[in-house]
Amino acid sequence: MRRKLGLGADGTASPLGLIIKIVVLGLVAAIAVWAAFPLIGTGNWLGLAVLLLVTAVIFSIYLSPRAIPAKYLIPGTLFLIVFQVLPVLFTLSTAFTNFGDAHRGSKDEAVAAVEGSSVQQVPGSTVYTLTIATDGEPGSGDIVFLLTDPATKAAFVGTADGLEPLNDATQNTDGKITEAGGYEILDIAEVSARSADIVEFSVPTDRGAIKNQGLSRAFEGTPQQAYDAGCDCVKDRTTGQTWTANDDDGLFVDGQGQALAQGWQVNVGFRNFAEVLTNPVIRASFLKILLWNLGFAFGVVLITFALGLLVALVLNKPGLRGQRLYRSLIILPYAMPAVAMMLVWRDMFNTDFGLINRLFGLDVNWFGSAPSSMFAILLVQLWLGYNYMFLVSTGALQAIPADLTEAAQVDGARPFHAFRTITFPLLLVALAPLLISSFAFNFNNFTAIYLVSEGAPFPPDNPQAGATDILITYTYRLAFGGAGAQYGFAAAISVFIFLIVATISIVSFRRTHALEEIN
Amino acid sequence: MHRARALVAITALLLAGCQAGAGAGATEKPSLLIWTGGGPGGEATQALGAIFARENGVDVNVQIIPEDLQTQFVTASQAGRAPDVVMGAHDWIGNLVQNATIDPLQMTDDTKAGYQDLAIKAVTFNGQVYGMPYTMNNIVLFRNTALVPDAPRSMEELVQKGTQLKSSGKAQEILALPVGPTGDPYHINPLFTSGGGYIFGTRDTGDFDPADLGVAKPGATAAYAKIRALGEGGAGVLKRSITTDNILSLFSGGKAPFMISGPWQLPQLQQTGVKYDISPVPPFEGGQPARPFITVDAAYVASRGDNKALAQEFVTNFWSRPDTGTALYTATSSVPALKEALATVRAGDPLVGKVSDAGVEFGQIMPSIPAMAVVWDPLGKAEAAVVGGADPASTISAAASAIQAQIK
Repeated sequence: MRRKLGLGADGTASPLGLIIKIVVLGLVAAIAVWAAFPLIGTGNWLGLAVLLLVTAVIFSIYLSPRAIPAKYLIPGTLFLIVFQVLPVLFTLSTAFTNFGDAHRGSKDEAVAAVEGSSVQQVPGSTVYTLTIATDGEPGSGDIVFLLTDPATKAAFVGTADGLEPLNDATQNTDGKITEAGGYEILDIAEVSARSADIVEFSVPTDRGAIKNQGLSRAFEGTPQQAYDAGCDCVKDRTTGQTWTANDDDGLFVDGQGQALAQGWQVNVGFRNFAEVLTNPVIRASFLKILLWNLGFAFGVVLITFALGLLVALVLNKPGLRGQRLYRSLIILPYAMPAVAMMLVWRDMFNTDFGLINRLFGLDVNWFGSAPSSMFAILLVQLWLGYNYMFLVSTGALQAIPADLTEAAQVDGARPFHAFRTITFPLLLVALAPLLISSFAFNFNNFTAIYLVSEGAPFPPDNPQAGATDILITYTYRLAFGGAGAQYGFAAAISVFIFLIVATISIVSFRRTHALEEIN
Repeated sequence: MHRARALVAITALLLAGCQAGAGAGATEKPSLLIWTGGGPGGEATQALGAIFARENGVDVNVQIIPEDLQTQFVTASQAGRAPDVVMGAHDWIGNLVQNATIDPLQMTDDTKAGYQDLAIKAVTFNGQVYGMPYTMNNIVLFRNTALVPDAPRSMEELVQKGTQLKSSGKAQEILALPVGPTGDPYHINPLFTSGGGYIFGTRDTGDFDPADLGVAKPGATAAYAKIRALGEGGAGVLKRSITTDNILSLFSGGKAPFMISGPWQLPQLQQTGVKYDISPVPPFEGGQPARPFITVDAAYVASRGDNKALAQEFVTNFWSRPDTGTALYTATSSVPALKEALATVRAGDPLVGKVSDAGVEFGQIMPSIPAMAVVWDPLGKAEAAVVGGADPASTISAAASAIQAQIK
């Protein structure tokens, strides 16, 4: 008798295995239910369909007797999609928009913001003392404003139809209405519960509309600027100035080319990519920055690995006294937060007050010239990084069987020769992927530059490309340092950096296959 | 059999968990979410939030966002998770408005009249008032009265006195003015303006005009020629090694007789025992007035908060009260923006009065237009280069063209 679907269908028999399976599948179901409500709430039916499909696939795979390989592949695949593929796709799609400061929302949101932020009090109008009430039940009745003119104490009721005098109102000493026949006065909790309705509500008047400002005051205001769908433009009521919608840039622009502050997000096609390729500032400095970027990433890997390996070899001698203590001391800086250490190092390089100049009696402006700034950055990275290389080299060294080197010694090889021809190649087999990933990490090691030198020194005639800038710090300055955050532009640059790092990594991994033939 | 029982038991547990979650929060007090930056001001805001909560019978949750409050606020607004109220500097207004994240306030004339004029001007953008100001700061000259009894009337006098002290070994530096490796246009602004420079011109309406970039004008180069003469290749008064991180220790340790900084240094200075006094930053002899930037901190009503009516009540009626102003002064030593609170504070703390007087007489509002964001980085680097000895004309014109290329 063979069941089609079930908890034990694939042969899971141990109670522990079953419990784990139940808990994990229960969690999947719980997450799916938890995620479904907001999707239903916002009417995101595509998202809901994807959620249902993914959940159904997970359940059918783990409850089915077949599809054994899929049981192993599905978690990794899902994580790959969620954490790798989706961000890449999102970055790519952002690169084709002008998404950024002033271009975050839709055109409708921009219009609402333009109109809303142009509301001004009608000149000479009254600022009323306000009591918020409802016509009917506090939770569901229509919102009304009970208003008093502070000067005359005259009472009014404002509804969605307009303003009318109110006769049977009781006022307190501040002029606030505390009781009025037929209306339910809302307390602060009831006002909060109706907050969304109150934001929507206004009392129309001849010259504009009465809106509340807080809980106890209301004013008669009118938007100075209004959107006109006929001309697809925003008009100013008093000056008559118009700003026409420009759907290529996502801005309202007047005749002189001056734009309103609030814009909206539009698709700009390949404009961001073209900007990266044709920007004269980028063109002038790109090659220089790329070279230092490669030199920096390669240099950091080289020096940290060289020192880490050297120390690992020295401390790998069997029977060395205090071996554990030495190893612990070397790993210690690795346990400190790198960000704080970089700031400490930056201050140690201060020309007049820094420890390094004082200790050695120097007067070097470390971040004032390109070579010294590069040296300082590499030194900081060496200190921060060699411990890690020491750690992995020690591990790899211990995994190499001692009889290999002993055999070489018996054959008459000197220690260095044995190291160079036997130990080192074997080490590289194990460590090459780590070295490549270390390179890829350092290629985009933003904090290493930004917290230590900020890219300094900068040539006096170009404040945007410093001598120690790497691509990521340089583009951060272009995309976020200047005119607000320009996510679309930044995404386009990320695509280029991604291509560079991917190319280098693919070539390197190909090369490491050659190493594996040693085995 | 026992397998089925286990399944039932687990299902029951899960269901119980669901029910417990659903039962909470049926009748809750109205709540107000406020975001503010860290430091003493943040803690004082929490205390004031508690007072508002008690007076109105609501919950007030003041969250301290220690890093990148402005960016986080804009991102949260966009994601529909904005707080109801946010506290921030007035120069954020341009960016917050262009991202449709804050609402204008309708301030009555009475409320406006209670504030210092500069404070209201600072929070006005495109003719609308956007924030309720609470502190108003500017930088001043601190001098060590044990070394320099009288305030210098000009930059030249300051340099001369400082040089004397340095050559007689009583001081190691002349002036603690932060420059840093990438410059600091905020702290150099009094010298920049005294030398004839300005950053943005103003339109007739009083709004800053991004098309009128002062950095590109001859006055900016002239000012930086004077700054270069004070730099590392000249008098050695300005140095890139002096940063915001070490000015206080230079001044309070007696190593520098002068420091240019703001009232936020007062709480720590009072703990150090150095004898000091405050005066306006002196101008160059025969130059323009030395104008420090005025920065105003204000409370803003978020456009996309959940409880706007309560947020407006908090900002317009509670945050504008004099006792709120004095409470914030007690925590931060910043100059209150409210006239009544300033009068109370001045009576007990004449130093804060001196900071305020210097600001009112000489200060200029730091531009809040979005174009200002483009200025800081290129101008700062140009400043650092000139202090290091670079040619002012070519350096400043390169900075100006970098700024112009980025102003949209």
